[in-house]
Amino acid sequence: MSDWPLLTIVTFLPLVGAAFILPIRGDAGVVTRNARSVALLTSVATFLVSLLLWSNFDPNTSNFQFEERAAWLPGLSISYHMGIDGISLFFVLLATFLTPLCILSSFGAVTKRVKEYMIAFLVLETMMVGMFAALDLVIFYVFFEGVLIPMFIIIGVWGGGRRVYAAFKFFLYTLLGSVLMLIAMLAMYQQAGTTDIPALMAHTFPRAMQTWLWLAFFASFAVKVPMWPVHTWLPDAHVEAPTAGSVILAGVLLKMGGYGFLRFSVPMFPLASEFFAPLVFTLSVVAVIYTSLVALVQDDMKKLIAYSSVAHMGYVTIGVFSMTVQGLEGAMFQMLSHGIVSGALFLCVGVVYDRMHTREIARYGGLVNRMPVYALVFMLFTLASVGLPGTSGFVGEFLVLLGVFQVNTWVAFFAASGLVLGAAYMLYLYRRVIFGKLTREDLKTILDLNRREVAVFAPLILVVLWMGIYPSSFLNPMHASIENLIQKYELALASGDPLHVAAR
Amino acid sequence: MVYIAIVFLPLLGAIVAGLFGRWVGDRGAQILTTSLIGVSAMLSVPVFIKIALGGGTAVVPLMHWISSGTFDVSWALKIDTLTAVMLIVVNWVSFMVHVYSIGYMHHDTSIARFQSYLSLFTFFMLMLVTSDNLVQLFFGWEGVGLASYLLIGFWYEKPSANAAAIKAFVVNRVGDFGFALGIFGVYYLFDSVQFDVIFAAGPEKADAVVTFFGTDWHALTIISLLLFVGAMGKSAQLGLHTWLPDAMEGPTPVSALIHAATMVTAGVFMVARMSPLFEYSETALTVVTIVGASTAIFAATVGCVQNDIKRIIAYSTCSQLGYMFFAIGVSAYEAAIFHLMTHAFFKALLFLGAGSVIHAMSDEQDIRRMGGIWRHIKWTYALMLVGSVALAGIPPFAGFYSKHMILEAAYASQGAAGTYAFWMGTLAAFLTAFYSTRLLVLTFHGKPRANEHVMAHVHESPMVMIGPLVVLAVGAVLAGLVAKGWFIGDFREAFWGDAIVVLAGHDTIEAAHHLPGWVGMLGTTVAVAGIGTGVLLYVFAPGVPGLLASLFGPIYRFFLNKWYFDELYGMLFVKPAFALGRGLWKSGDGAVIDGIGPDGVASASRDIARRLGRMQTGYLYHYAFAMLIGVASFVTWFIIRMG
Repeated sequence: MSDWPLLTIVTFLPLVGAAFILPIRGDAGVVTRNARSVALLTSVATFLVSLLLWSNFDPNTSNFQFEERAAWLPGLSISYHMGIDGISLFFVLLATFLTPLCILSSFGAVTKRVKEYMIAFLVLETMMVGMFAALDLVIFYVFFEGVLIPMFIIIGVWGGGRRVYAAFKFFLYTLLGSVLMLIAMLAMYQQAGTTDIPALMAHTFPRAMQTWLWLAFFASFAVKVPMWPVHTWLPDAHVEAPTAGSVILAGVLLKMGGYGFLRFSVPMFPLASEFFAPLVFTLSVVAVIYTSLVALVQDDMKKLIAYSSVAHMGYVTIGVFSMTVQGLEGAMFQMLSHGIVSGALFLCVGVVYDRMHTREIARYGGLVNRMPVYALVFMLFTLASVGLPGTSGFVGEFLVLLGVFQVNTWVAFFAASGLVLGAAYMLYLYRRVIFGKLTREDLKTILDLNRREVAVFAPLILVVLWMGIYPSSFLNPMHASIENLIQKYELALASGDPLHVAAR
Repeated sequence: MVYIAIVFLPLLGAIVAGLFGRWVGDRGAQILTTSLIGVSAMLSVPVFIKIALGGGTAVVPLMHWISSGTFDVSWALKIDTLTAVMLIVVNWVSFMVHVYSIGYMHHDTSIARFQSYLSLFTFFMLMLVTSDNLVQLFFGWEGVGLASYLLIGFWYEKPSANAAAIKAFVVNRVGDFGFALGIFGVYYLFDSVQFDVIFAAGPEKADAVVTFFGTDWHALTIISLLLFVGAMGKSAQLGLHTWLPDAMEGPTPVSALIHAATMVTAGVFMVARMSPLFEYSETALTVVTIVGASTAIFAATVGCVQNDIKRIIAYSTCSQLGYMFFAIGVSAYEAAIFHLMTHAFFKALLFLGAGSVIHAMSDEQDIRRMGGIWRHIKWTYALMLVGSVALAGIPPFAGFYSKHMILEAAYASQGAAGTYAFWMGTLAAFLTAFYSTRLLVLTFHGKPRANEHVMAHVHESPMVMIGPLVVLAVGAVLAGLVAKGWFIGDFREAFWGDAIVVLAGHDTIEAAHHLPGWVGMLGTTVAVAGIGTGVLLYVFAPGVPGLLASLFGPIYRFFLNKWYFDELYGMLFVKPAFALGRGLWKSGDGAVIDGIGPDGVASASRDIARRLGRMQTGYLYHYAFAMLIGVASFVTWFIIRMG
């Protein structure tokens, strides 16, 4: 089993599924039904195969595992190189876990161009998995940018009324970052003579160069996270995206930034990372407080959750640049947890949007009377978002704050204020949607979750509680890689510093 | 195994009643949850005998929780004397409240949900008291906060109940903000959050200095103060008390269980649990003393002028919690826990009694519209009387022993803070007796002030409600007398064992045994005086209170409006938060960031496009695309040239 190119299978299996959907022809109903079944089957199969990665993963080493390498452009020493370590393992799983749920949740919501929609999602999955598993700069860049294409199409074709404006904004922001990152990659190639990521991690860049490279990557990753003040594309993109698009956007695409910091910025540019840590802290703390306050006054459910995402991702960047074990593992955990929880919250919004076709909070109220199961599910994810101990949200936030408190108490102090604000805006949202009297005529016939929706939420609930009660299953495989990351970082600071100052 | 059963049986009940309420039915949910709590309550008696009376500590590890680097916490149950006492209090009061609820809630439409929440609360409270580390304690701490939120907002169709529920959760979160920072501080200093480890290392860190928030601090002082902020939130101390009176929006059994007997005392429990750290910080203890004493007097003044029967008792709870805290502040932890225990019985009794009154009066809560009903509900009247006398501190009822011990310990501590606490506590004792009397007289005596329709319906509650009251009344009468030897008397050292640490020279309980006679007499004297004043004002001269109110109008209104805390906080925090949020959204995100960023770029490029007249559409992606293609070709050229 271990001889199989597991990573390649997981990456390209969705593409195979898409290839099967493509030639489906005939009666519209038949096409729709077949496209849905094939997409669901493929994504479930992909998820099951990806579980093998987890079960065969060796948590005792920080080396890349399931490595595959094939020469691609030998003249330029660019190769098809894939592999995962304790950092990327769970991002791959996150992508393969959320995709089938997204596909299943779209069965009711998407009724036009179903075939194309399913193809877009499967292509998206390939791009996401490939991005997290790539170990060559060029491959990484292809997948990193490739992710945007299906996402762009999903928002642009199946999105809401202002989708053009949203897609526009999304594009502008990412374009700037991508161009800078591409230039930085070229510079790295010129300096180190390789595009192999493990080799680049071992390479030491001169201090001055690190600064520029760090900034160029930062421009790209900060937009993805998104960090304040380059976050304004997110609320618009979420509002206009179809439900499943929002789930992937919040669940996986935002993690590309955090993953980028962990894979590139910190190990390759340690000196610059140390230098810029205060900048990251400042922007993150502003993000936590600023976007929490903004979330408090939103009238649109999706916008509220989008702004809360920015606040939650603020913890991630704080954790990464705290450079403590707890901070880094907390940041990883927070990303996974946020992927599940915010994805689930967008699905919760989707449930009522499918029924009422509005996201305006004031149009709801008293739903618990008609939808007790929905109320329970929504409550659970609200609590996870608030970071109640026993749910996944707590572990990440707590570890991040614990970690950063060891290096900077002020950052911990201001970031911890998100505990209060987060509770305020989430419970306020919940109250306005779920509690109160059911007075609106059109809500009086609203139906509770159906079986398909329960099937979508059940795995998410299980994972949220599992991550909250027994997080060791997820933390253990991270330990070795995070430990190694910190060791190398500290080594670089200790030894690299005088050397490069002298070299300049 | 017994320990695991005690803690997890309520969880089992909560899950079954909550998720499968439709299948087991209302009656089934009631029987199941109540009997499971009953089993826990029964089991905690032998545990109390074995651990508290027999001496010793039991630790039951359950499983790993979070481990990251040197940070490592596990799920575990630790039972020492402090926990054993709390097990008795929590389980028995909870058991009584479960039984009582069967009667009280029988008209309600979601009985299974209610019973489930009560059991869920009990589970979290048990996790809180059995924790062997700070993080699991925090788990229980937030969990009881959740249960409290759910129960305050139980009648979710009432906007006031929803508002009160959110307020409770958010104000508690402000406290938890401090608590969490305190936990981080503990980990920073000790590299562990395990009680055993940090308590053992406490003495050697007694003089440690840390730099938190840009200031050099005595390490244990700043940590203790941060933890105390958490305790202030949960136990509704002055400044973070505003949620407790509003929490009375929940059904009355909830007020009895959560907002009187158990959850609000979690702060007292936590600080007592942390006594090995607090003991090394004079500053922290002084702060605790002053906050506690100020809360005691503040809440008592407000309690004297309220008209809602539940709010009066709520302010009384707030005031009594203040007593517990200043007891801790003068290192009389044992007295604080003793008062916690006696208070749990008589305050739960008072709340459930109030519930019985409300039940009889067709959901009326305003004591101005009651009166003259004692003949109709004699049992309730008699039991409320017992509770009130115990609260006022009349011997030989339970409250007498604990409250007097606290006042004497405050006097014996001799510091300025202790003296302040002693006099404030004495004054508050007078007011306590006064408002208890006022409540009894206005509720039960005099001419009926309710309309005939209501009066015709006044009826005694069923046995299922009176029974629990009787059990609690027995506790309110006997708990002090029976337990004082263990808690604060001759056997206290053997009883408490290692559960509470008091430094040499801090032993105010010992010192309290050697005080001048008048100190011991003063508490009883003012209590009798308070009752006398109450009787005088409300029985013999019922016109006087109104006269006084108009005579001292500003002071009366100041008390009646709860010292204007809600208005102040509304002005300082709530409104600005929303205004700031709106401002940041519209001007920050909208005008500045988007204006300069994407929209600005877009309009600028459209502008340029128009000027160049090359592309009439002005669509930006055409430009962007052209730009991307340009960059790509540049890059390709670059690579080829290099390769």
